[in-house]
Amino acid sequence: MAICVKAPLSREQAKALRAGDSCLISGTIYTARDAAHKRLCELVEQGKELPLDLKDSVIYFVGPTPAKPGQVIGSAGPTTSYRMDAYSPTLIALGQTGMIGKGKRGPEVIDAMKEHGAVYFGAIGGCGALLGKCVKKKELVAYEDLGAEAICQLEVEDFPAIVIIDSLGNNLYETGPAAYLAAKEER
Amino acid sequence: MKELSAARITDAVRRLCIEANCHLPRDMRTRIRESMEEEDWPQAREILERIRSNYEIADRENQPICQDTGMACVFLKIGQEVHIDGDLTEAVNEGVRRGYGDGFLRKSVVRDPLDRVNTGDNTPAILYTELVPGDRVEITVAPKGFGSENMSGIKMLRPSDGLRGVKDFVVQVVKDAGPNPCPPVVVGVGIGGTFDKAAYLAKKALLRPVDVRNDSPFYSQLERDLLEEINALGIGPQGLGGRTTALAVNIETFPTHIAGLPVAVNINCHVTRHQTEVL
Repeated sequence: MAICVKAPLSREQAKALRAGDSCLISGTIYTARDAAHKRLCELVEQGKELPLDLKDSVIYFVGPTPAKPGQVIGSAGPTTSYRMDAYSPTLIALGQTGMIGKGKRGPEVIDAMKEHGAVYFGAIGGCGALLGKCVKKKELVAYEDLGAEAICQLEVEDFPAIVIIDSLGNNLYETGPAAYLAAKEER
Repeated sequence: MKELSAARITDAVRRLCIEANCHLPRDMRTRIRESMEEEDWPQAREILERIRSNYEIADRENQPICQDTGMACVFLKIGQEVHIDGDLTEAVNEGVRRGYGDGFLRKSVVRDPLDRVNTGDNTPAILYTELVPGDRVEITVAPKGFGSENMSGIKMLRPSDGLRGVKDFVVQVVKDAGPNPCPPVVVGVGIGGTFDKAAYLAKKALLRPVDVRNDSPFYSQLERDLLEEINALGIGPQGLGGRTTALAVNIETFPTHIAGLPVAVNINCHVTRHQTEVL
């Protein structure tokens, strides 16, 4: 049974989620990937104001395809998250509570998640056509010049995601395959 | 000498860019469906089902299967008896420009690896040409996503490392990649040649349908053995556990030097795309 998750995501809710939980995310999230993360962290370093409110924010690592006429968004699946590892701890310290992506995260990110109470969701990579349908509204927030890498605010409805790493540091990429191999061993 | 206008190549490349990105080849669909039946881990099967509905939606709605519509890798087999009227490289790039624009595909190419400014039209293509006998031009467009490209690897093994060394390296690359390249993956392996040739062979191996094995009985068996070893790792779809870590292993080989045993592994995701047209 999937857990309904509301975004923005409070610290309390983020902390209550556990690795392996199947979720349906609804509400407001932001898109950002490599280039946008770099710019955000440069602003933080310079002590300047950010173009989005990070408190309780969920950031989706995605660079969608352009919307066709009549579409809200094109295909919009997750990109590989480790490229954001250099930046995520800074944003988590400033209030971000959720990340949606795919693939492994480094120890520096997991430490920040444990310290501040944040959660890392995995969406199914390579399913952009399917996931794009969960996006009901899209609005540009910053960095239009980055094209697909611009920061946008998305309204999503029942966006399917699985908790990969929780705020205790439990990691489904370790426990999932291990559970499968153990079950196979028993047979 | 047969005359072929560069404009026809542009048209074909444009069409192939759009088709390849929206319609998963039949061999891949069949293989994904087969793997759903072979998969014995419930969550893994669920993910494979989502993957199937995704490519079905994409197919029906002419929508890109994945938002990473890739770098356009274009392979041309040019008959020696064909004369192309016009600038061939520019014709291919113009086809990519139009395909990625008209097809609402994502522009994912930066003009310089370090200054990282987007070219805005997904050009240039990665272009490979091969001269072959005859008077035809075969064009294959294989958009390559970088989630999987980034997880590829190459190693100059010693001849004494032999078959075991090759197997261990291929399996290790897939193991290290884990969930990152969107498993289930297709594993392209190039063995032999030089440093660059091995990498090229690995990429070329990904063009072969996943239901076609290497011509040689030895390498055909090696493909099966490697697939079995990889699917015993337990990584599973999306790295969450399960049998289906890879859908196929395709190997291409070439003679090499007495001192060398180059092995390259080019990983592709479950959206292994390519479309071909002959002019």
